[in-house]
Amino acid sequence: MASSLDPHAVIVTEAGSVSEGPLTTADGQPLQKALARSSRAARRRAFWLVAPLLAFIVITFVIPIGQLLYRSVHNDGFSANMPEISAWFAVTEPGTAPDEAAFTALAADLLAASEARSIGTVGTRINYDVPGTRSLFTSTGRQVRRGIEPPYQAALLEIDAEWGDAEIWAAMRGASTPYTDGFYLASVDRTRDIDGNVTMVAEHRQVYVMLFLRTLWLSGLITALTFLLGFPVAHLLATLPMRKSNLLMILVLLPFWTSLLVRTSSWMVLLQQQGVVNDLLVWLGVIDDGGRLAMMYNQAGTIIAMTHILLPFMILPLYSVMRTINPAYVRAARSLGATSWTAFRRVYFPQTLPGLGAGALLVFILAVGYYITPALVGGSSGQLISNMIAEHMTGTLNWSMAAALAAILLAGVLILYWVYDRLVGIDNLKLG
Amino acid sequence: MALPSYASPLERIWHRSYLVICALIFIFLIAPILVIIPLSFNAARFFTFTREMLSFDPAGYSMQWYDTLATFGMASPDAPRDANWFADMWANAKWVNAAKNSVLIGILSTALATVLGTLAALGLSRPEMPFRRLIMATLISPMIVPLIITATGLFFFYSSACLPEGSWLQQAFSPILSNRGCLANTHLGVILAHATLGVPFVIITVTATLIGFDQSLNRAAASLGASPRTTFFRITMPLILPGVISGALFAFVTSFDEVVVVLFIAGPDQQTIPRQMWIGIREQLSPAILAVATLLVVFSIALLATVEILRRRSERIRGITPS
Repeated sequence: MASSLDPHAVIVTEAGSVSEGPLTTADGQPLQKALARSSRAARRRAFWLVAPLLAFIVITFVIPIGQLLYRSVHNDGFSANMPEISAWFAVTEPGTAPDEAAFTALAADLLAASEARSIGTVGTRINYDVPGTRSLFTSTGRQVRRGIEPPYQAALLEIDAEWGDAEIWAAMRGASTPYTDGFYLASVDRTRDIDGNVTMVAEHRQVYVMLFLRTLWLSGLITALTFLLGFPVAHLLATLPMRKSNLLMILVLLPFWTSLLVRTSSWMVLLQQQGVVNDLLVWLGVIDDGGRLAMMYNQAGTIIAMTHILLPFMILPLYSVMRTINPAYVRAARSLGATSWTAFRRVYFPQTLPGLGAGALLVFILAVGYYITPALVGGSSGQLISNMIAEHMTGTLNWSMAAALAAILLAGVLILYWVYDRLVGIDNLKLG
Repeated sequence: MALPSYASPLERIWHRSYLVICALIFIFLIAPILVIIPLSFNAARFFTFTREMLSFDPAGYSMQWYDTLATFGMASPDAPRDANWFADMWANAKWVNAAKNSVLIGILSTALATVLGTLAALGLSRPEMPFRRLIMATLISPMIVPLIITATGLFFFYSSACLPEGSWLQQAFSPILSNRGCLANTHLGVILAHATLGVPFVIITVTATLIGFDQSLNRAAASLGASPRTTFFRITMPLILPGVISGALFAFVTSFDEVVVVLFIAGPDQQTIPRQMWIGIREQLSPAILAVATLLVVFSIALLATVEILRRRSERIRGITPS
């Protein structure tokens, strides 16, 4: 009976019934109700078409990202394996100096963790906050297993005087609950001291804020460069006759379709010290053979390669907006006495702003999350925040830290995405 | 773009220099891609043009790096090139295996993304779709969220979401899941991840096609007695097919070129071409990478041509004249 739900089928009113009370359908139902029912059914049908994909994306994308966010605030590497000292931290105020009760609990936990072979996990967790302490836990654990006598404070301090270090006790307090904001504090170069106050970490460990700022600065610079290079090209493509501009468009679309790794490796080939660009400059006499430029494994490499890779994302939206600009406006401005510069600045350029906004936002969003290109051509000064996330995932194995950095990056990207949706509308995203 | 006849001499000079600037930018766009093609035929282990190459001396050119692609990883690469040599290459050569994996993962993930994405695009294009904007934003987000974040999330998810050890479920799924019953280090895991990344492209291209779609054609078919199913396959599908195919090509290219997620969630059995390239570039950049790159450039030229043809065909059959 699908046809009775169709609004075009049900709006059949009997002649003459119009004047007698509310409108009804052929089978005597009030028209309003029948319409509401049929539009509900239409909504349901539309939703069922989308539902399979929505379920798929929730499982393979939304839930994994939720897990990542959970990891950034949850780490029970210490609290699950050191229950007694965690209980002591729970009942004492931040800043309490460790007493004999604390050391007794610590010794019991170290013994249990060492026997359960989870002492490495515990040490790793504290090692995130105080570098170089993993071995303190494992070696003390071994000593405790050999047997120590009370008083435990003196015994543990004798094994290693570092147990009296307030920094380690502050780190243990921070790790004594499974839920922590410590990784977010660390993401902005901050930590909690022994009294629970938020302070800056030691100067040589302040890397993340600088890295976030560098990511923003380089992404902004790359966006500006794509605008400077993309604007003239988009303008040329939009004003040439269709036949010519379609041919030239291939030069924009081919890089767009070419593999990212291919483009990155070709820049590596071009920018090497013994590469094509340096050879060309030497041959032209711009530089001499000894003064070959270092254009790769530094920021310059990241900037050049990423500008090239992201340029089509600026040109395409600019082009599609410029195509719609009526040339009569500029001609009218000129006929009214504007110079060509004034006509461009006051009449043409403002009309390109929607395309410029779309392109700039897209390039910036893509740039802040870039990983492959900086990793290959960036050296150490051209690394972005994504590279640090990867380093924590595969190098230091501090997964909670990687998750916290990723969550901050994600928040930034989602805000930009929201702005993009408001200003441009994701429906207007164009691909080639 | 011709200058008006009233242009002043200064404007003419500016116009000339503007054209020169544009030419330089086009060179910047295209030269890096073209320059690797001749370099991949280099006879020497250099990444720049040797003297022999510049003087077009045949001795400066060779196919050796393409040969390396076939032989790298083989048990006995120097054996005579008979049937056994080819069997060895097909089974052991690293680049050949990477290509096999890339094609398999690419095709299956594209099929999944295209079917689900097309259905969803049909739903999203209906005016009565509830929460349209929010759902659209969610479905497009895999394209916007940085790959490193997606990869990290999938790494956590794939290593934690495992079937219970020893259960009948794990037995049933053991051919496609890893020994521990997880998605990590499996082809299935990579296929699902790549389908997720390909979905936004399918949605964008298919909804763009549906914008110009005349709904009265569907109503005409229905009024002539066609069932919804017949209407879809005989009327809607042929009209949106060019959009579907170009969305599928985008999804395929996304999978074929994807390396970050593969690095995080795949094992040694899921070596793909980009991952093999990544290893090659990181460890030692050899001209063999340029040979792969050249093949990939040729491949992308073919894809670009296909998409262009499809776009024109779509505009023609929908009655949109190229403006």
